[in-house]
Amino acid sequence: MVRLALWIFGALLLGGIVHLSTVLAMPRTAKQDAYSRLAPLAPVNVLTPLAAPTAADAVMPFMDPAFAVAVCRYDLTAGTLKLIAPVSQAYTSVTFYTRNSMAYYAINDRAAGRRAIELDLMTSQQHAQLPEEEGVTAADRLIIDSPTATGLIVLRALAPETGMLPTAQATLGQAQCRVVPMPQ
Amino acid sequence: MRLFFGSCFTLLLAAGIGLGATWFTLTRGVAFGSLTIGAWTAWPKSGSVDIDPYSRASIARTGELPIGTGDGVAFYAHTDDTGNELDGRCMFSVTGMTPAARYWTLTLNDPQGRLVANVIRRHGFTSAEILREQSGRFVINVGPRARPGNWLPSGGVEQFILVWRLYDTPIGVASRTTKEGPMPAIERKGC
Repeated sequence: MVRLALWIFGALLLGGIVHLSTVLAMPRTAKQDAYSRLAPLAPVNVLTPLAAPTAADAVMPFMDPAFAVAVCRYDLTAGTLKLIAPVSQAYTSVTFYTRNSMAYYAINDRAAGRRAIELDLMTSQQHAQLPEEEGVTAADRLIIDSPTATGLIVLRALAPETGMLPTAQATLGQAQCRVVPMPQ
Repeated sequence: MRLFFGSCFTLLLAAGIGLGATWFTLTRGVAFGSLTIGAWTAWPKSGSVDIDPYSRASIARTGELPIGTGDGVAFYAHTDDTGNELDGRCMFSVTGMTPAARYWTLTLNDPQGRLVANVIRRHGFTSAEILREQSGRFVINVGPRARPGNWLPSGGVEQFILVWRLYDTPIGVASRTTKEGPMPAIERKGC
């Protein structure tokens, strides 16, 4: 009896370890995460508009159908990234995700406070390599540090009414996302 | 021999417990860091670097991208205020006042996060297009048959969920009470 209890206790302990390790390994092993879903649709470092979700087809689950969405799948190994997004009439936001779908930064049009959201994305190493005087002259430049070299930038523009979706999509169509090679 | 059977039994049981617990927590959703107001539950930390490992695993499995904390917050309702499951064959009403947010949207999804097909291709409402009463109160009728006013068709599906997204809002990680976010009430009107 004691022996059986010990075996079961061991199983519970091992089961706990199995549970924790599978949960922790999931983000790295998932085959259908947002990045993998977008990889075939969105070329690297180019802003790609996503089709609005319909009942029959959607790139990702739980997309807000009231928003026009564009994605920039970035890779910072070749240089830093410059993002310029014009602000739509209603509401525009830019969210940054790591390779494993963790949202590490988000900003909306009001927080950006201008006609366009303009920012530079780089890794912390690239940020450290920036010439110092440039940091002084461009104090109002918004620099975002990416924790990973690859990831996703998602631009969302609200269509306050259903018929305004094309307008929101057109606004996002003017946005750009491009690599700025690092000075050697 | 006994040792062999004992180890086999333990290992099998361990695998069952471990994988079962993982599956259970990822499909049902866990309460870590969740914010529940009425029938609505949000995971405000999912949109930040403070996301917990369970939410990370769950997001990786479903393939969604959570709303960033600087952008907004999403509340999910699987039941009405009294705990009835949201059945697409029944009529429900969503009643509320305008929350502290620049914009909000209400979307009807199936439990997997897909939109539900319907003839008028309406999958949700935004705060800008909703019809309100003079007091500023709004009523959204969710159900299979057309209703006057704000009608959100549920397409007769067996089960649906409502997603209430608030954009540019102070409601979030720091919110703990109902006072800060008067959430809309969900009520079953009949089947």
